[in-house]
Amino acid sequence: MKKLFGKPESLTTVNHKYCPGCGHGIVHRLIAEVIDELGVREKTIGIAPVGCAVFAYDYWNFDVTEASHGRPPAVATGIKRVLPDRVVFTYQGDGDLAAIGMAETIHAANRGENITVIFINNAIYGMTTGQMAPTSLLGMKTTTTPFGREAKIAGYPIKVSELLVTLEGTTYLARGAVDSAKHVLEAKKAIKKAFEIQLSGKGYSLVEILSQCPPNWKMSVPESLEYVRKEMMTQFPLGVIKDKTGMTV
Amino acid sequence: MPKIIIAQSKCKGCELCILACSKKNIRLSQKMNKKGFHYVEIIDPDNCNACGLCFQVCPEVAIEIWK
Ligand SMILES: Cc1ncc(C[n+]2csc(CCOP(=O)(O)OP(=O)(O)O)c2C)c(N)n1
Ligand code: SF4
Ligand code: SF4
Ligand code: SF4
Ligand SMILES: [Mg+2]
Repeated sequence: MKKLFGKPESLTTVNHKYCPGCGHGIVHRLIAEVIDELGVREKTIGIAPVGCAVFAYDYWNFDVTEASHGRPPAVATGIKRVLPDRVVFTYQGDGDLAAIGMAETIHAANRGENITVIFINNAIYGMTTGQMAPTSLLGMKTTTTPFGREAKIAGYPIKVSELLVTLEGTTYLARGAVDSAKHVLEAKKAIKKAFEIQLSGKGYSLVEILSQCPPNWKMSVPESLEYVRKEMMTQFPLGVIKDKTGMTV
Repeated sequence: MPKIIIAQSKCKGCELCILACSKKNIRLSQKMNKKGFHYVEIIDPDNCNACGLCFQVCPEVAIEIWK
């Protein structure tokens, strides 16, 4: 018998602490599979965020360091410039990447750093129990927008990937989701392409993943999947947003 | 016949695999694991086609499939 599906080598056997149905665990596995398939486990360095994924260094079976809140792109810049032969990626939530870390995000992208950014957009601050994020949808009830996000008071949801399009330094920007097996497989292709771009020295790549957070959305797991499909994907359409390489996946 | 192994101790009963299986071949067990989650079980091993859809959506990587 042959093992068709199972734990990739780039994941440890540690049971992670995410809530039932959370998208983080799926994306961790996709990254691990891609690292295995590219054969770069021994030269990969991940940068974990502050957010629910703060313990990611326990879950990946390659080198992972931690950055203070929002600073993974700055840490990644330093590591990649000093050790250009390493595969360097950041893993960040919407609070980390688009709120406190927006300046780092934009400037690393604008400098065209040869790094990969995996951006988990769950439209909420998960770890701190559900405050509004820059990506929270209009009308979305959070602990800091108890009556629903209103543009007049809290502005509009930021489309991070589209925002980065105009920066000359960005090479590849794509958006996926993990609400279904089909989208999981598509997201993996985008993640793989992003790492391949880095390996071929073509510059900055970012893959945004729409990810369910059932408890902070106050939803059951099936309801959270519907919310991703009906609401998140309307605001944040899936697909390749920018590709300067002309490489096909 | 494929062999599908579900690590009961890892499963959090999120039901994502149940929703993903086109053969409707997975159900929640009446029993709980040590963490207090109802884990899932395969209904009929003969009815599994090793498509891996359940594996693709499992956040816990609790599913292993052999053929
Ligand atoms: C400097 C600093 N400010 C604020 C916090 C509190 N804090 C911890 S996680 C977090 C936001 C997490 O949200 P996100 O990045 O979207 O990650 P998620 O948990 O949703 O995956 C905040 C504000 C902190 N730890 N450090
Ligand atoms: S709070 Fe949300 S993002 Fe954090 S582990 Fe739970 S489901 Fe995942
Ligand atoms: S491998 Fe396919 S058919 Fe078998 S249990 Fe999983 S989803 Fe269902
Ligand atoms: S997807 Fe994984 S964790 Fe969720 S119920 Fe199925 S086996 Fe358990
Ligand atoms: Mg978040």
